[in-house]
Amino acid sequence: MTTSAAPATSTARPEILDRIDASQRRKRTWFRIQFIAVWIGLVGALIYGLWATDNIDLEWMGTWAPFILGGTAVTVLVCVTSIILATALAIIGAISRLSSNAVVYSVASLYVSLVRGTPLLVQIFFVYFALPQMGVRLDALLCGILALGFNYGAYMTEVFRAGIQAVPRGQREAAQALGMPERNIMRRIVLPQAFRIVTPAIGNDFVAMIKDSALVSTIAVQELLWRAQRAGTQTFHTLQALLIAALVYWVLTIIFSYFQERLERRMARGDR
Amino acid sequence: MQSGYDGPLPAHLGEVIVRTGGIEKYFGDNHVLRGVDLEVRQREAVMILGRSGSGKTTLLRCINFLEEPTVGWVEIDGLRMEADPLHQRNRAHQEQIRQLRLRAGMLFQDFNLFPHMTVLANCIEAPTRVRGVGKDEAVASAERYLDKVGLLNKRDEYPARLSGGQKQRVAIARALCMEPKVLLFDEPTSALDPELIGEVLKVMEDLAHEGTTMIVVTHEMHFAREAADRVVFMEEGVICEQGPPEQILDHPRQDGTRRFLRRFLEDRA
Repeated sequence: MTTSAAPATSTARPEILDRIDASQRRKRTWFRIQFIAVWIGLVGALIYGLWATDNIDLEWMGTWAPFILGGTAVTVLVCVTSIILATALAIIGAISRLSSNAVVYSVASLYVSLVRGTPLLVQIFFVYFALPQMGVRLDALLCGILALGFNYGAYMTEVFRAGIQAVPRGQREAAQALGMPERNIMRRIVLPQAFRIVTPAIGNDFVAMIKDSALVSTIAVQELLWRAQRAGTQTFHTLQALLIAALVYWVLTIIFSYFQERLERRMARGDR
Repeated sequence: MQSGYDGPLPAHLGEVIVRTGGIEKYFGDNHVLRGVDLEVRQREAVMILGRSGSGKTTLLRCINFLEEPTVGWVEIDGLRMEADPLHQRNRAHQEQIRQLRLRAGMLFQDFNLFPHMTVLANCIEAPTRVRGVGKDEAVASAERYLDKVGLLNKRDEYPARLSGGQKQRVAIARALCMEPKVLLFDEPTSALDPELIGEVLKVMEDLAHEGTTMIVVTHEMHFAREAADRVVFMEEGVICEQGPPEQILDHPRQDGTRRFLRRFLEDRA
């Protein structure tokens, strides 16, 4: 490798470099301190405001918070299974949207158009309330997962399609020149690189899905929002109940974003 | 005259292994190749020269059907492939093209290593998955070829950590791992910094001297003189003149060749 060593003539590192480093370190630290202070200040003010206006009932919290938090597992389950379903659909959809087979292309295009052209809530209702009329009766949880998965699959189809197209043409040509069959080229060469390109976009979609999963509360899936509403309306503590739910969604997205960042960094290994 | 030599063939050359017949290629209305007949013999190093736009890269890409010729045929090691642009998507046609490509290794201007795989993984991907070579055997042969291009110590690096010259040498090793009958080089050094060109040319020269059959599109005159058995000069989509490097480079007979060489020398001066 071309790790350029310091020129043999210069014996010591000039002192100015240390001072630049120190100054940059100071600036970074100061920035971080301010960041934390602002967050603590604002959130603290909010909590104090609630407290001062008698909106926080600790006793209520003790009895109902565990019930609401119990919905977290359901929310996570819905999100994770939906994103897996969505990713699978998106890969198939993207490859179909790039296919030269007219039928395959048309089916995939119709799927994307239909799903993107109708509200998610309508789709959820459709699966849960309308399908039974056609004799298909599914468990509410499954309905939620199917609706979310199909919905996000359509959006992600377009993301994946763009990702596949963003892989340089030379990659495909090199694989072709090596005699790799088309299926192999897609699976081993193009898709892995497309995955890297779309990871940030997929991550955004997943964060959005964590929040959209609240919509399945409307079909009585007992996830976070459903439980919060149940607890809140029953006891006239709606504000607190919703705050707890909101907080959990927020924490979930923070945790997920953290892992996403790590994944992106790991996948960038081969780059640059 | 098909052989490209006026006199007797150089003694080290074997049977004809690559043959093209009447290759024509249109891009839209642009008539890029206007009937190219080329024969390359075993252990022969053929360098294709010509101005940009003369069709030399297109010809090279037609030989392994990365571009399907509009008209004509290519034969490599006994497998003859007719251009059939009306049925490009036909599965049997695609499979035949794939068989043709297995006989020809290709090197690109911008290397096209797989960035998500280590150097070694780049080299064993196609042998293990396409040729069905066992993993151990593939690794052993990859290591042998990496050693040959002087990069065995980089076997576990990702391509991004390599210089351009190193990347191209890995690409050569990767191509050799498929045991092709002929290597096709498409301006392998034109994307390289000047100080990195030498290391790639050195590897290519060694290959030529060891008797690797190769067809090289290049602008490196000095290299062509040193390593070529035959120089092919292309102009406006046809072979304008061909022969041993001394003859073509020092005593060109065609005006086109003379003009090209004169301009080339002026550019260098």
